[in-house]
Amino acid sequence: MSNTITIDGQTVPFEEGQTIMDAALAAGVYIPHLCHNPEFTPHGSCKLCTVNVNGRNVASCTMPAVEGQQIANDTAELNAKRLALTQMLFVEGNHFCPFCEKSGNCNLQAVAYHLGMMSPRYNHFYPAREVDATHPDILLDRNRCILCELCVRASRDVDGKEVFGLSGRGIHCKLVVNSASGDLVDTDLAATDKAASVCPTGAIIVKRCGFSVPIGERIFDHKDIGKVQIEAAQREKSHG
Amino acid sequence: MGENKKIRVATCSLAGCFGCHMSLLDIDEKLLTLLELVEFDRSPLTDIKHCGPCDVGLIEGGVCNAENVHVLKEFRKNCKVLVAVGSCAITGGIPAMRNNIGLWECFQEVYQFEGGLEGGQIPNDPELPLPFDKVHPIYEVVNVDYFLPGCPPPAGAIWKFLTDLLAGREPKLEYEMLHYD
Amino acid sequence: MEYFCKKLWVEPGKVSEDGLISVDSTSCTGMCDQGPAALVNGMPLTNLDENCLDLICELIRSKKPVAEWPPMLFEVQDNILRKDALLGAVLEPGAALKATLARGARATLTEMDKANLRGRGGAGFKTASKWSFCHAAIAEEEGHVVCDIGNRAERIMVCNADEGEPGTFKDRVLLNSYADLVFEGMTVGARVVGARRGFLYLRGEYSYLRDKLEGVLQRRRELGLLGKSILGEEGFDFDIEIHLGAGAYICGEESALIESLEGKRGRPRNRPPFPVTHGYLGHPTVVDNVETFACAAKIALHGGEWFAAMGTAQSTGTKLLSISGDCTRRGIYEYPFGVTIRQILKDCGAEDPYAVQVSGPSGTTISWKEFDRKIAFEDLATAGAFMIFKRKRDLFQMARNFSHFFAHESCGFCTPCRVGTTLLQRTMDKIDGGHGTASDLEEMKNLGHLLKTMSHCGLGASAANPVLDTLNKFPGVYEQKLKALAFEPAFDLDGALSTARHITGRDDADAHLGGES
Repeated sequence: MSNTITIDGQTVPFEEGQTIMDAALAAGVYIPHLCHNPEFTPHGSCKLCTVNVNGRNVASCTMPAVEGQQIANDTAELNAKRLALTQMLFVEGNHFCPFCEKSGNCNLQAVAYHLGMMSPRYNHFYPAREVDATHPDILLDRNRCILCELCVRASRDVDGKEVFGLSGRGIHCKLVVNSASGDLVDTDLAATDKAASVCPTGAIIVKRCGFSVPIGERIFDHKDIGKVQIEAAQREKSHG
Repeated sequence: MGENKKIRVATCSLAGCFGCHMSLLDIDEKLLTLLELVEFDRSPLTDIKHCGPCDVGLIEGGVCNAENVHVLKEFRKNCKVLVAVGSCAITGGIPAMRNNIGLWECFQEVYQFEGGLEGGQIPNDPELPLPFDKVHPIYEVVNVDYFLPGCPPPAGAIWKFLTDLLAGREPKLEYEMLHYD
Repeated sequence: MEYFCKKLWVEPGKVSEDGLISVDSTSCTGMCDQGPAALVNGMPLTNLDENCLDLICELIRSKKPVAEWPPMLFEVQDNILRKDALLGAVLEPGAALKATLARGARATLTEMDKANLRGRGGAGFKTASKWSFCHAAIAEEEGHVVCDIGNRAERIMVCNADEGEPGTFKDRVLLNSYADLVFEGMTVGARVVGARRGFLYLRGEYSYLRDKLEGVLQRRRELGLLGKSILGEEGFDFDIEIHLGAGAYICGEESALIESLEGKRGRPRNRPPFPVTHGYLGHPTVVDNVETFACAAKIALHGGEWFAAMGTAQSTGTKLLSISGDCTRRGIYEYPFGVTIRQILKDCGAEDPYAVQVSGPSGTTISWKEFDRKIAFEDLATAGAFMIFKRKRDLFQMARNFSHFFAHESCGFCTPCRVGTTLLQRTMDKIDGGHGTASDLEEMKNLGHLLKTMSHCGLGASAANPVLDTLNKFPGVYEQKLKALAFEPAFDLDGALSTARHITGRDDADAHLGGES
């Protein structure tokens, strides 16, 4: 029982219970992802992490690693599809990088850089989405939300608060907060909550911190997101 | 065909701030090298009013009114290769922030509320171009051949892009040259 | 809809000013054989013509409660036009159960296996395989320790009566007139699998059947066919609860159905694990279609060989088809698998058939060139929907209607489907508005491929089928709508100036954008 899988010809070991994504990250193999965060239960909604396992496309973040899996990851076809998905996310919301506080530290933007996105390709939706600035310390800008539910998971599983949730079906799906008024200020969300810092885009931002890091010193200014996330995973491994 | 004919380039800014044009000028002394290879047709640099047959068209800014469409279509008709330069041309950019506010509220804010026009009349002279309900990127109005993102794209990215294009190579930007802000 | 709304001074999607009524459209009510149809406060209105609408308008204006409206407005016929092995001989309630108890649970599972019954809800998964993943009862019977999957010994049996696929109404008829057969099948399955609890997940649009179904359940309890010690067998306890859906097509997908059953948003789960090992509240759960359970009951009584002798080798038994559209005899037809489209069209009186949508929007569009194909899992698989289109129908509008359907019904969980179905819908609308080009067609093919290969569930994977099929088999219906140019703007340029024209009061030449330059 050697417990290995093969990703793009490379032998990757895994432990029982790990997903393909877990094993890949631990082995330094980058699979693009947005709704996945190793600190939380896998979600499987963004579909960027889709890989081809023994001929079938599956989301690597939720698919358990099984001995003998032949996986294709870094192929032109998969990367082209990942690019299309990223472009879909860009036109679905209102993602204006030039004035966004998260620019340079944003996972959505960084994945787009990684995939070489030069234009959003599709026609913009320009949806009417609400900004909630009622909370004294936290801004909720739904224009930038990619429905990854990291805030939902963080608030529920780490903070024990259940501040966030998704509501609505299809393209009308949106982030809602757990208060009678629907306003963030009426929830018990605090700036120190995990949910306040886990957002991969600029949808949930702690106030009065924006633009404090100069251009050139932001996370993704000089480093590709693949490198950044692998390094973070390696650090976790050596500490854990 | 031994004659070294210069590449003809036209540029314009539609609903843009001209920041991308400033960035083009930021190539500094390389501008002299560029001018050995390139001739400018319609452009803020030349003040030629209408675009004739050109090889490359660089468009900054998105489409926000009828006049933008006329200019854009003229460029598309006359330029062999059309490039959308900068965030506004590619996503609508800052001007597109008005897309969910509504024209009526915009006009009221500018012309009718405190500090607006005397008499609060909304200008309706036939010479004024009418604005669209929403601001759009240029590729939603005409077919675009290339995109050069940035707000603005750094001078280095513009230089790399132009030199690739002029040399007949497929333009490619390095990781650090590609950004949307 | 237009006629109705005009008469009542109400706009679609809104409540009338006097607060009396609201009108809106919905995806499918399962009344395709007796349309035009509608639902009023959840009750189905059938065969609506102008006279009916006039009458209804009067009733509404006179504020007559729906319960007092003339019953003839609500008549829903079964329209069973061809019976075969399933619908033919009526099962004596309890007969299949007696046979199951006599034979034993393991032997009954063997019969199901021999029968090679495959799911009748569209997916076609082998039923015996599904049931064999939960085999607590067999273990109990043979004296072993009850098979424990992840410390959860309780098994659940769920009947999927969500029937949301437009064009499908066969489960409606089974529930209306063969409910005993269906419940018997569930109970047989419960015996094999060791389930104590069962659910009938009934789509909201069929809530008018609820009272009748509760009546059937109660009668079965009184006959000792449901509840504690069924047919006197000590330890054989099983009961069924009816759970109403709320009008979401996605809840027909088994894991989304389970989510809904648990009171959560209808969203397909990540699989693995599959419902058979981790389903309702984490318990091993079997989800099967109404018709599948009906077949199971008959197999339990007559044996697997009897069933396998019908149909084809890979598609045994018979299939209920719900036939609607351009034909004179709309309704339910039961055929052995392997029947040709041509035969079906002849039997139902199809009028100059041009195309058939087999298995609804998520199925296949076939052209007149393919009428020799067969209804079978190995050829044209179907959950039952069979919509006939005659030569004069606009197949582009059909595909466009379906693209709206999928965008509306997408649960919104995964990126490719949530955004992709909306992109498809918008492109179809763009072409419909006369602004389509060849590059739009190419883009739809790309979107279709993306949806097929990257979606989270079958809805996304099949959402592009109608567009891709019609593009492939009826390209002319698109080409005739295209503009000659290679590119058309994404939006109506002149229309986008209308607000500004209105505000400034201008209508001069420069206030318009039109024609090409």
